[in-house]
Amino acid sequence: MAKYLLRRFVGMVVVIILVLTIAFVLVRLAPGDPAALMLGPDATPEEAAELRTRLGLDDPIILQYATFVGNALKGDLGESLFFNRPVTSILADRAEPTIFLALMSLFFALFIATPIGIYAAYKRGSLLDQSSVTSAMLAASIPSFLTGLVFQRVLATNLGWFPTAGYGGPDADIWVRLGHLILPSITLGITNSALILRFTRASMLDILGEDYVRTARAKGMPERRVILRHALKNAGIPIITVVGLTFALLVSGAVVTERVFNLPGMGNLVVNAVLRRDYPVIQGTLIIVASIYVLINLATDLIYFFIDKRVKY
Amino acid sequence: MATVSQTHQPPGFRDVLFARRSTVVALVCFVVIVLACYVLPTLDLTAIGKMSVRNRLTPPGADYFLGADAFGRDVLGRLLVAGQTSLQIGLGVAILSSSAGIVIGLVAGFFRRLDTPLSRLIDAMMAFPDILLALSLVAIFGGTVGNVILALSIVYTPRVARIVRASTLVVRELPYVEAARALGSSTLTIMVTHVLRNILSPILVQATFIFAYAMLAEAGLTFLGVGVDPSTPTWGTMVNEGRQYIDNAFFLILFPGVAIALSVLSLQLVGDGLRDALDPKLNKET
Repeated sequence: MAKYLLRRFVGMVVVIILVLTIAFVLVRLAPGDPAALMLGPDATPEEAAELRTRLGLDDPIILQYATFVGNALKGDLGESLFFNRPVTSILADRAEPTIFLALMSLFFALFIATPIGIYAAYKRGSLLDQSSVTSAMLAASIPSFLTGLVFQRVLATNLGWFPTAGYGGPDADIWVRLGHLILPSITLGITNSALILRFTRASMLDILGEDYVRTARAKGMPERRVILRHALKNAGIPIITVVGLTFALLVSGAVVTERVFNLPGMGNLVVNAVLRRDYPVIQGTLIIVASIYVLINLATDLIYFFIDKRVKY
Repeated sequence: MATVSQTHQPPGFRDVLFARRSTVVALVCFVVIVLACYVLPTLDLTAIGKMSVRNRLTPPGADYFLGADAFGRDVLGRLLVAGQTSLQIGLGVAILSSSAGIVIGLVAGFFRRLDTPLSRLIDAMMAFPDILLALSLVAIFGGTVGNVILALSIVYTPRVARIVRASTLVVRELPYVEAARALGSSTLTIMVTHVLRNILSPILVQATFIFAYAMLAEAGLTFLGVGVDPSTPTWGTMVNEGRQYIDNAFFLILFPGVAIALSVLSLQLVGDGLRDALDPKLNKET
């Protein structure tokens, strides 16, 4: 077991170093002098030269890379060119709406998709099964900005049930802030529930075909208990996997959803950084998000390892 | 179907593919969308690109079937022309990422020494959420149709590579590959004629899904203002343009949005049908 844990840990470190490398290479793929590009067309050559020295862009590439990785591992992701503040502190300021949005929409998605997925598998081939599978696919096909814009227009602007956009202003208390996240969370939750529904349904179908379910039925156990005691208990594990899987989907969706509802989160930050060519912020966000993804996947694998005694590595 | 059951043959690829009504409907729907986008504009039924400021933001009706945009241009006509670009982006990404994924996956599956580094690289690439990575790539390359195709292909290549590698690892151990090796076939011949030809089905299924995802991603990127340049009509740029008039002309967003959703949905249904038809083992999922 110790060997497996060690191997997983080393694998994770390697992947994170690779993530750093990709982020480093990406920014250097940009054509032209990055300093001139960052400063815009009005910059004088002297200003560009000054910025190049400040960013260490005149150093040999290997040295730049070593400094970059060293700093990143120490938690220093550079400084934003627009805000003139450390990238990590900007990201920390913008983290709250994104984290709450991700958690609330995940909760919402699990809340609608898991029971429907389980029931659809149980009533396999029924009208409910077919329609839930079809609507899941439809939900995954509609661009999330369209869902968001329709909801925003109908439920917020026309009916006034929810705040239209924003995060309640700088002094809003936590309930007002969370209230502003309900509609965005539903929007994002609907898109993500599609994957969860399909996944839950498929794994429940597997479980219902298992021998122990047949045995339980054969010995005359009431159907309710077969489902609740035997099947549901084992359906928990795939749900852990799906949480790991949807993370990337949640972040991608959050970028668009934050834009629709004008939430001051990390997604909005990164889009603005792209429009302003604020490379350190783009780089920093990529690194943080990818590292969280790697950690979540390591965590789901470890939970698997400890819960499911059959999993052997 | 009837003849098949009479002769007691296992159902063929086409029988399984067309057995499900949703796959047939989806395939027909997608073909209709493609034909409409490429054929209708050549018939010049709609006044594409003709501006008439007097008719700006006309709601859908007799004059303009799907309304007119902020410049008084016919939305239906623009939708069809924009569809060509959107479909090209989807197809381009599907072809490019499949080709790159096949090469990387085959190499990783065949050369044990390269397997670990390539697999870790694939893991690292897949740690970046698709929109986020595509966003950064387009920011670096610049927002043209070609660059969006390139950026999205980089995003989706690892997904194909992972599937190709996994299938290669299975197929390369099969007896007929061993036989080919014993007969003195070169590694390249084995890779292409014996392995690649036998793992084409999962690649085709994945390519169909990537076609769909790429169309969604293009729309998402353009909506964020970092995708295709606004002067090129795509379904994404149409939505983005329409955003300014959301309060008095919601149809400007709705129609391109529905066009995207319909294409993506039909592609995904076709992908599902293909998967079931090509891999009988997965049939239990339906």
